[in-house]
Amino acid sequence: MSVFEGFRFRHVTSPIHRLDPRVKFLYVLAMFVVALFFIEFLPLLVLFFLQIPFVLVAGVRREWLRSLRGAVFLVTMIFVFNFVFGYFYRTYSSSAVLLEYSLAMALRFLVLVESFSIFFLTTSPDHLSLALEQSHVPYEFTFAFTTAVRFVPVLAEEAQTIMDAQKARGLELERGNFLKRVRNYIPILIPLIVSAIRRSLELAEAMESRAWGATDKRTNLYVLKMKKGDLILIILSIVLLAVAVYVHFFVTIPSLSTFLPPLPF
Amino acid sequence: MIEVKDVSFKYPTGVEALKGVSLTVKDGEFVAVMGQNGAGKTTLVKQFNGLLKPTRGEVLVDSVSTRDVSVAKLARKVGFVFQNPDHQLFSETVEEEIAFALRNFGFDEATIERRVTWALNLLDLTEYRKTSPFMLSGGERKRVALASVLAWDPSVVILDEPTIGQDHRQKENLRQFIVQLNGQGKTVVVVTHDVEFVAECNPRVVLMTDGKVIADGEAKRILTDTTLALRASIVPPQITQIFLGLGEFGLPTDVIDVSEAKRILLDYLEGVNR
Amino acid sequence: MAIIETNALTYTYPGATKPSIRDVSLSIEKGKFVILTGPSGCGKTTLCRCFNGLIPHFYSGELKGELCVAGLNVGEHAIYEMAKQVGLVFQNPENQLFALSVEKDVAFGLENLGMPRDQMKDRVNWALQMTGIEELRERAPHELSGGQQQRVAIASVLAMQPEIMIFDEPTSFLDPLGAQKIFEVINDLKRKLGVTIILVEHRLDLAARYADQVVIMDAGKIVLDGEPREIFNSETAWLLGVGVPKAVRLWNLLQENGLILGEVPVSSEEATRFLREVLKR
Repeated sequence: MSVFEGFRFRHVTSPIHRLDPRVKFLYVLAMFVVALFFIEFLPLLVLFFLQIPFVLVAGVRREWLRSLRGAVFLVTMIFVFNFVFGYFYRTYSSSAVLLEYSLAMALRFLVLVESFSIFFLTTSPDHLSLALEQSHVPYEFTFAFTTAVRFVPVLAEEAQTIMDAQKARGLELERGNFLKRVRNYIPILIPLIVSAIRRSLELAEAMESRAWGATDKRTNLYVLKMKKGDLILIILSIVLLAVAVYVHFFVTIPSLSTFLPPLPF
Repeated sequence: MIEVKDVSFKYPTGVEALKGVSLTVKDGEFVAVMGQNGAGKTTLVKQFNGLLKPTRGEVLVDSVSTRDVSVAKLARKVGFVFQNPDHQLFSETVEEEIAFALRNFGFDEATIERRVTWALNLLDLTEYRKTSPFMLSGGERKRVALASVLAWDPSVVILDEPTIGQDHRQKENLRQFIVQLNGQGKTVVVVTHDVEFVAECNPRVVLMTDGKVIADGEAKRILTDTTLALRASIVPPQITQIFLGLGEFGLPTDVIDVSEAKRILLDYLEGVNR
Repeated sequence: MAIIETNALTYTYPGATKPSIRDVSLSIEKGKFVILTGPSGCGKTTLCRCFNGLIPHFYSGELKGELCVAGLNVGEHAIYEMAKQVGLVFQNPENQLFALSVEKDVAFGLENLGMPRDQMKDRVNWALQMTGIEELRERAPHELSGGQQQRVAIASVLAMQPEIMIFDEPTSFLDPLGAQKIFEVINDLKRKLGVTIILVEHRLDLAARYADQVVIMDAGKIVLDGEPREIFNSETAWLLGVGVPKAVRLWNLLQENGLILGEVPVSSEEATRFLREVLKR
């Protein structure tokens, strides 16, 4: 099942992967805030290209492109919506301005997707849970998160086995009208749910048997330490924010129409 | 009849689970597919009912290629009992569970009623007819799964690791049941790594390792061959292990059955005493 | 000296009509390898859960009688306290591994106990070494074979250095070779570390050779308890449908035919040795 492939973190290491997830998240937040500052096309384009070096250094180009491709539908929707809405309900100095505005809004969404995608592609679930723990998120939540991630491939395999077992009893999943097809999934869902419940019980037994809840002061085998690279990223994020604030308030951003020939409409 | 013609199979993940396997299972045979975990046994038998289709080569069930026919249609002839009954149980009553496949295959209600009663009877489950399958014990659930497959009377019955988690008595009951099924003319294919279980049935054994069939013949011959055992990483039956250490007395080494072992030893001692 | 002592132990699951174990009185000595077996549903799993405190703390229900494990009265101590003395390895390898790497899983119990990091690292290394899985330390549990997963589970429990380790049908999902390896690992724990072992098993042909004591249960009660050779040879064991090793079965058949034999063999090697002596005469 390819949709689950994305959750199976690949064992790639790069300087980006080794960065502290908390710092990476701070950077993503900075990107987020900066992107929200601007409604003009050019700065957003700059932001978009600013992140590409990260993608290349981390070696996650293929997966990153895939995530962008996944966002194409929504990006197009945002563009269309802004353009149509603006055309009928708002007044713009010209259609060219409206076009630029809609493109900018679509691009802004893309930038946001891009930065979050880089974050998740370069942070292993283990690393992420460690960051959560050290950020004093209650351990129950972190544990629930890692356990869920750990069992995704197991559940996927089990779902496949259950489908096979029912197909071998004559169940045809592709046949019938919409309603019948939905009903056909009951013999798949029920065993899956029952199995999940049974599994949870077994996990709980194992957890208890390994001293779960023995103390509030839980320790950790690993520890996150900030290194040089993290410091650089923090500085980068602050600089980015500072530059963004300056540009937003003190610099007039040229619109695209100054660079391009006047459009036919 | 099931014909496997030079079949290779590669999973989407890239793992080559079958590498050029050829064999034929004739009607009414009793075959045990054996080998280590990961040898490709389950992958092989899943080709028999079309759940998996070969990436190279072909599988013919009664002269029809599995590529040309749906799994549902093949299932009508080839019944598959999965290892874990909880992967198929979902109904409110045992009755409905058994009727599920029958309804999928389009039987009429009267026939379904008859077949359900018959299957319940066959596996000693009549008292649980209206019980929820989830309320039953592990062994009982296994029997419900078995009943639900036998209900539609497939000519071939495949059992995937039926002995896992079973105690000795349950295995014995299962063994007798399988022998009975085979006696009624059904083709029975058992996937198992339980050598002692196979030693007690003495079926035809197809021994697999690393996606290939390395031996195909009588259990007695294959399970007692130490070179094969080493290649396939299987442990010979205990009786065989004992006799392998008694070669110096000129005793046969292809012994897998306890009663036969006793007979041989007593005969030898009698011969010596004379 | 008995490390586990029970007297008239009876337990009924909440909502059940009859008790799962009845009047169980058992004594297990420190450092011994005990096999606990019996037909499905006889109560062996229930009994194991009493030993580490899952019963009565996790399962509630009614627990009557006395139970003293490693000097602790189980009813009075929380499961996490018992965990330091008694470890429990379960049947399904997949459902007892939670972390995304073997290392982290082995450390899980120690993290729960709040062990300082440096000490934890040493303990984790030691546990991985004892179970022979050091090269797997950074692997994800889903990538491992069943046998490897079980060894990780054993290492995770071993890391807490309990005096007693209980194994509830640990080889159910493994092939015979995998099962053999697990039994060897378990026996090593007893031999090298003096851990008291309780093994619940059906596959006696592979495990019998390691046992110091065999306990057979049926319908919630203890039916046989004693030395392996006499237990396996007993008629009762055979009638209960317990999977007595084939070597013993052969022994029985030969004895029925008038042969005077020595000790009952508990492994194929022993049987071969004993038979050689008989045949040479």
